Amino acid sequence: MKKTGRGDFSTMDSIQLLFQAPVLSVQLLLDGMLIGAIFALAAYGMALVWGVMNVINIAQGEFVMLGGYVAFFLYAAGIHPFFGIPLAAVVLFLFGWSLYKTIIFRVVDKDLFISILATFGLSILLQQLANELFGADVRTAESGFGTLMLFDGQVTVAEIKLVAFIAALVLGGLLLLFLKQSRLGQAIRATAQNARAARIMGIDTDRVYAATFGLNAAICGAAGALVSMTWIIHPYLGLPYTIRSFMIVIVAGLGNVAAVLAAGLGLGAAENFAGFIFGAEYQAAFVFGLLVVILMWRRFWLSRQRRYLK
Amino acid sequence: MTATVKRLLLYTVIVAVALAAPSIAPDYRTQMAFLWVMIVFALTWDILGGQMGYNSFGNILFFGVGMYVCAVIQRDSSLGYYPALFLGMGAGALAAVIFAAIFGSGILGLRGHYFAICTLGLGIAAGEFASGWDYIGAGSGMVTPIFPGEPGGREKFFYYVMFALAIITFPVLRWLYSGRFGLALNAIRDDEDKAEAMGIHTTRYKTTAWCISAFFLGLTGAVVGNMIGFIDPRDVAFAGPTFGVWMVLMAILGGKGTLWGPVLGAVVFHITQEVFWTYLLGWQRVALGLLIVLIVVFFPLGILGWARERWPERFGHVVEEKLDARATE
Amino acid sequence: MKLILEVSGVRKTFGGVVANNDISLKVPEGKIIGLIGPNGSGKTTLFNSIVGYHPIDAGAIRFEGEEISKLRVPQIARRGMLRTFQQTRIYGKMTCVQNMLISVPQREEKWYSMFSRLDADDTEKAENLLEFVGLYSKRRLRAGDLSFGQQKLLEFAMALMTKPKMLLLDEPTAGINPTLINGLMNRLKRVNTEFGITLFVIEHNMRVIMNLAEYIYCLAHGELLAEGRPEQIQNDPRVIDAYLGAH
Repeated sequence: MKKTGRGDFSTMDSIQLLFQAPVLSVQLLLDGMLIGAIFALAAYGMALVWGVMNVINIAQGEFVMLGGYVAFFLYAAGIHPFFGIPLAAVVLFLFGWSLYKTIIFRVVDKDLFISILATFGLSILLQQLANELFGADVRTAESGFGTLMLFDGQVTVAEIKLVAFIAALVLGGLLLLFLKQSRLGQAIRATAQNARAARIMGIDTDRVYAATFGLNAAICGAAGALVSMTWIIHPYLGLPYTIRSFMIVIVAGLGNVAAVLAAGLGLGAAENFAGFIFGAEYQAAFVFGLLVVILMWRRFWLSRQRRYLK
Repeated sequence: MTATVKRLLLYTVIVAVALAAPSIAPDYRTQMAFLWVMIVFALTWDILGGQMGYNSFGNILFFGVGMYVCAVIQRDSSLGYYPALFLGMGAGALAAVIFAAIFGSGILGLRGHYFAICTLGLGIAAGEFASGWDYIGAGSGMVTPIFPGEPGGREKFFYYVMFALAIITFPVLRWLYSGRFGLALNAIRDDEDKAEAMGIHTTRYKTTAWCISAFFLGLTGAVVGNMIGFIDPRDVAFAGPTFGVWMVLMAILGGKGTLWGPVLGAVVFHITQEVFWTYLLGWQRVALGLLIVLIVVFFPLGILGWARERWPERFGHVVEEKLDARATE
Repeated sequence: MKLILEVSGVRKTFGGVVANNDISLKVPEGKIIGLIGPNGSGKTTLFNSIVGYHPIDAGAIRFEGEEISKLRVPQIARRGMLRTFQQTRIYGKMTCVQNMLISVPQREEKWYSMFSRLDADDTEKAENLLEFVGLYSKRRLRAGDLSFGQQKLLEFAMALMTKPKMLLLDEPTAGINPTLINGLMNRLKRVNTEFGITLFVIEHNMRVIMNLAEYIYCLAHGELLAEGRPEQIQNDPRVIDAYLGAH
């Protein structure tokens, strides 16, 4: 039996426990899905940038991390971190916009690998910057919410997680509304479908790209604020978020919002279960390992139809 | 002086300087040994990235595997220091090749950015996995055995071992690139669908290329594990965000897809990095991150790539009319 | 008359669109056969099906008597049936000579052939073929730096380098300077008569295909509309209608 390093509990023991106490599964599922909505939010932003500008933003997780720090510093200054959500969105929007105007615009037309490498470099830069400026310590922005008891106290739900879940859904809904109804949103959608045609019709695609990138950063920032309240933040939490977003996008596809949400919730739950079964120290291994598995499975599925992942 | 004589002279000078270096500058032995490490990093990455067009962020997997396998053999075997070390190196290289063959069959079927991100995940997953596995020390890592011999002897010994590894890797790659293997890799890079449509056994070439990278990286890992003395799963063995990224960057900086490009890039990068470490203490990682962005965005062709665009004739791309003998046929 | 390629009842759909419906045709060995039809009639799709680029939904494809519809592209290519691309595909960063050298036949390859050195005989053969298509002086240039027409010629030379039994040529004269088309046509004929390579050619240039082919198939809307010798096809009202549209 595999030892996971958590005292005497092995993987088999954990699985047995799940069957013996089904309420445990409910707890894991619930906790997982609640955080999963936040994953879905970040994933939607990545899908936006990917679909509109054909850029895969490896620094996605770093935007989340920075948003979390905005909320944290608000909290440290005595203001309730909930105000961090809109503030992080605004700050990160401006940040994303400036990043586009300085760096990203140069890699939009190049091949995808250049943009991956550039955003990866950006991710490392931001990580290290955060490490130097904020320190490597783990932080939380206390929201002061309590705990909800369900099923005679057998299942506990931190109220803040519930609030964050709803907030994530609301933010996602607002984003969708914006894209459908507003002029900028329509311009973004037009550019995503055919950039050349959009340009001919008078749309300033450069501005659309800047707005899209900024919007994505804003979404991640807001998600990050939620993360800092429900969980923890530290300079290195970025890459797992990027990988999660990527996984959700390739499973759900670029256009389907409902699928993104479902995939996000599913991933959150799966991660939670994996962390319980294999041990918390393997949870990150699970996330990255799952990426490999998903991509290999998808390639196998496509090659049976003799279409290749391009 | 013919081209061959010039080339041999260059090699001789380099080798002579390299052999004398540990005696000339004994304080910098470890840094100089790392120069050879960087050169092997860049050369092995370029096989897949520059010559074949498959940009891997996960080559660090083979480095770490080689490192751990060697360390485990050194820990568990009852052999003397040197036999255990060389056995460990061999086993490490073999293990790395096996990993390449196994993962290669699945992952090398992915194209472009999917391959890049998948290998990224692979490299980091390995580090996370190693951090949890008690048999190899989990988060605390492992230590390699103490070097028998006088103090300072360890740095000198591993300098020469690493140098030997580098000057074996270079001609091996040179030999590969000058034959059909190099042409096939380039064809896969330029248009893989076309290569398949022409009947080329692309899978064979792709997997073999990755196995060759894995082989040299496995050896390097085993050596570096002993050079440093301490193996941390995330920061030393499967150091994706450092070594793993530098591999890519050095090859790009020097000019990917050439033989000397990665070497040049490794030298420039290594020196730059040492300068950053000395003068920008605390901010060196930030500076390095910035450097990555700048190079990728402003200088993606790299030194030799830029040179080739500027002076194509120097690289042999000329219009050559028929020689007279042919005209009379 | 031995058939080198036999297509029977091939059907291929993409989503809801039927690109090829119940196509049957025969290509005798050593002949030049033409495939014409207006844009969108399914010609390239048929080529793609034959060379194994995608699986077919129904039907059979036999090459030299062997059923190949379940084989992959490289396997079919190694059996001696090669195709050229409409958009012309060559290895852009390699020189012309290198493009040729990597196109040597891969049929009898053992695993260790991967490491074989570059043969002087192969180099000579490559240079001869480059001369045959008129690219000898450009042989050291990077293929990506050639003009579109020159790349087309290079692609043709590369196909010849593989010593194929049959070539599927997708619009070989498209994009070629009209003054050079006669030269290309002569080369195609020579390749057929001297090397015995069977040619199956998609063409839009009627002068070229009527001159070149001994038998022609015409597709329209994914179906086989008509077949026959050039004189018959030229005067077939259905073919004329298909090209001019039913206005």
